[in-house]
Amino acid sequence: MDKPVRIRNIGIVAHIDHGKTTLSDSLLAGAGMISEELAGKQLFMDSDEEEQSRGITIDASNVSMVHEYEGQEYLINMIDTPGHVDFGGDVTRAMRAVDGAVVLVDAVEGPMPQTETVLRQALKEGVRPILFINKVDRLINELKVDETEMQIRLGKVIDKINKLIKGMNEEMYNQGWKLEAMNGSVAFGSALYKWAVSVPFMKTSNVSFKDVYEKCKNNDQKWLAKQSPLCAVILDMVVRHLPNPIDAQKRRINVIWHGDKESPEGKAMLTCDPSGPVALMVTDISFDPHAGEVATGRLFSGTLHRGLELFVMGTAKKGNRLQQVGVFMGPERVEVEKLLAGNIAAVTGLHDAIVGSTVTNLMDMTPFESIKHYSEPVMTVAVEAKNMKDLPKLVEVLRQVGKEDPTVKVTIHEETGEHLISGMGELHLEIITHRIKRDKGVEIVTSEPIVVYRETVTGVAGPVEGKSPNRHNRFYLVLSPLPDAIATLIRNGDISMNMPEVERRAVLMKAGLTKDEAKGLKDIQGTCVFLDMTKGVQYLNETMELVLEAFHEAIAGGPLADEPVQNMLVKLVDVKLHEDAIHRGPGQVIPAVRAAVKAGMLLGGDSLMEPYQKIQINVPADQMGNATSQIQGRRGQVFDIQSEGDSIAVIGKAPVAELFGFASELRSATEGRAMWSTEFAGFEVVPNNIVKDVVLAIRKRKGLKLEMPRPSDYIDGV
Amino acid sequence: MLTFVGLGLSDERDISVKGLACIRRATHLYLETYTSRLTGTSVERMEQCYGKPVIPVGREEIEQRPGEILDRAENGEVVLLCGGDPMVSTTHADLRLRAAARGIPTRIIHGASIASAVCGLTGLQNYRFGKSCSLPFPSKGWFPVTPLSTIRANLSRDLHTLVYLDITPDRCMTVGEGIVLLEEMARKEGIVPPAFYVGIARAGSAEPRVAAGPGEVLKEVDFGPPLHILAVPATLHDIEREYLEVFARP
Repeated sequence: MDKPVRIRNIGIVAHIDHGKTTLSDSLLAGAGMISEELAGKQLFMDSDEEEQSRGITIDASNVSMVHEYEGQEYLINMIDTPGHVDFGGDVTRAMRAVDGAVVLVDAVEGPMPQTETVLRQALKEGVRPILFINKVDRLINELKVDETEMQIRLGKVIDKINKLIKGMNEEMYNQGWKLEAMNGSVAFGSALYKWAVSVPFMKTSNVSFKDVYEKCKNNDQKWLAKQSPLCAVILDMVVRHLPNPIDAQKRRINVIWHGDKESPEGKAMLTCDPSGPVALMVTDISFDPHAGEVATGRLFSGTLHRGLELFVMGTAKKGNRLQQVGVFMGPERVEVEKLLAGNIAAVTGLHDAIVGSTVTNLMDMTPFESIKHYSEPVMTVAVEAKNMKDLPKLVEVLRQVGKEDPTVKVTIHEETGEHLISGMGELHLEIITHRIKRDKGVEIVTSEPIVVYRETVTGVAGPVEGKSPNRHNRFYLVLSPLPDAIATLIRNGDISMNMPEVERRAVLMKAGLTKDEAKGLKDIQGTCVFLDMTKGVQYLNETMELVLEAFHEAIAGGPLADEPVQNMLVKLVDVKLHEDAIHRGPGQVIPAVRAAVKAGMLLGGDSLMEPYQKIQINVPADQMGNATSQIQGRRGQVFDIQSEGDSIAVIGKAPVAELFGFASELRSATEGRAMWSTEFAGFEVVPNNIVKDVVLAIRKRKGLKLEMPRPSDYIDGV
Repeated sequence: MLTFVGLGLSDERDISVKGLACIRRATHLYLETYTSRLTGTSVERMEQCYGKPVIPVGREEIEQRPGEILDRAENGEVVLLCGGDPMVSTTHADLRLRAAARGIPTRIIHGASIASAVCGLTGLQNYRFGKSCSLPFPSKGWFPVTPLSTIRANLSRDLHTLVYLDITPDRCMTVGEGIVLLEEMARKEGIVPPAFYVGIARAGSAEPRVAAGPGEVLKEVDFGPPLHILAVPATLHDIEREYLEVFARP
């Protein structure tokens, strides 16, 4: 704990059901933290009852283990990451705290779309991956492959993951992140039966692939677990291939923090300096019955101790005094006297902190980059309890559902108080609501699912004049689609409002903005960007915040269907303001700018975008036609067909709006022999011939005027 | 015809005889309630006095939905009653322009204005006022420092400043609140706030209150019910000083 070189902060990422929880539990068991019998049978990290019966504090999301490697003891901090592809940012948040990730892949299924997503999240955060191929026994016992075939299949999995890593971050791939069985950055095994093998470990354990094959076949996996225990193999791999905090922070701070690298906090974080300013990023908040709210996070620099006064960036500048400072030992939170940079801290007393907060002892510090979302909810249903008395239970169940499956986003509708569940699509939401009814025993009523749309501008409009209600203030805006280069910068987190201005300007100019444009950047909201191109307009300074507020309001709901706006560049080119402050207050400025943005969008060719899903259907060869027609019949397109043995993988995409009833129709079309998975594939423009119908349907649902909006609805003189 | 009639400063009887004659002829009588307010009277008392229904209108009605007023002015005699003198607050210029654009004849019947009343109440000479400014209640994301800049610009040219204090539907800014806001602006800008103020309450009423003094003194003075207004004097002429000593003791 006091020697960062002997710390590894890691996470496990996987597609759902590839065995992540089982692996976590087996690792814990192996490290002597819970009984081996318990692990694998009772999913320890998920169990709340367990927590009570043992009378200890277990934080399911974090555990620490001690592992001995070449005569040295290492502290391994493991943060639990949700198994699902991430919608709420949970995986990414966990990735923020760790430096390395064990990518877990089912040997039978191979890398799935969600494997790709979580891997991308890890790489985006600068987290180094290693690979564990799980369920090798299934390959042998269920698919009945022979020994050679087994090795070929495992090799294919490694190739696929390597291809992904190379595609996502070629630079690091070439610098040694390529996974190779030979150097031990890949292991194979069964988390459930608690064995694993890796090439370096084979040298000491003398367990060969032949043994693996034989023992699995002869149902003697206990022997494997004894000779080549999962825990030892995996944790050896972790210690050997995943970086320690000092090495990792040197590289990662540049990715996750865009403040001034020469500042005291910048220097301290780059070197993981325990004597520098405190820089803590909160990645989880949990509730402890005794201690209250426990904030868990990664301490990038400085030292924490009880009584230290810290500030949570983005809240009122009021100090939060640390009450307890702890770490996780095994599953328990243990109080320590002080905690040094490079560790995962669990502290109480940070009342103002929320997940994602930047906490420091400085009065002010550039916050860490906000968490990037790789996929977005595309469909929403409202749920309510059938019986009012079940309401508290429903609230609790929804909280649990959100925890178990972070692709689900549970929100409460501000006006109606309804609980809204947003997810990846109809299938996904059906499974969720079904699970609530079946597993949790809460009777619920659900509304029809609603597709989430986006609006964007397709051409250039303006200068559009927005007049304040008193007509004394005028704002002139030019709207255009956001250049792809800038959109990419935003999506990749290569540009943000937190960066020092000079650095940001350089990046923007490299992406094609002029110097004046780059200088004028005032705001980035999602993929909408606001530039102030005016020069020397008196009083604009004290009015700018109102202008930006109006910009936010306008892009929160576009003119067509009141759906969020994306990919738009707004330039303020001229402004006329009233002499007297009282005549250019919020009531005058906000409506003027908002109207100009909305009218401008309509003038510039506002168009509606709909979410698409990438669909992969695995079917026996003779059902291929039925599978492809299920995609093509839904305004979709098939762009790849791969054959794997006697099964065919049909890969394509289709708009979410057309995927209602997909599950049952696919089932009946393929005699129930199809397996499929879906993944968010971004938003695309709704075809012209149906835009009007879609817009009017949304407007009707939202109680908006039942006609296509015109620019003159917002401003005069058009 | 659209006639803007200034009501003067305090109650329903501050109106001019000419203005009253317009009211008598009017088919519709509107009362603008947002730029100023006659705190010495009420809509009921105006209706009683003028013998006609009075329709109060807020900012939204005049700025965003002026259609009704203009439609009626096209065919009848519409009078818009304003506190003080119309057009001193610039907002009504827009309405007059809109009327002109529709070919509706307009005229203005002036009333007493606070801008001149302040000279009488404080003795600060009309010739020595620079730009005036309004002091708005700040709101989320909006704390303009224009008022302080205006005062400073005037002071640098040795000119007085008249500071209009904000009026919202639910509150009217007091002299004390105004001084506190100016001091906050000064803190924000890292400069010294004005040292000397003159506060005026209920100009035009039977019981006006006028008091001059440094900020910390005036903040403690109870000026009583609204409306309040603030003046920031430049260096005082001997007569001005004497006038304040006699008529504006805190």
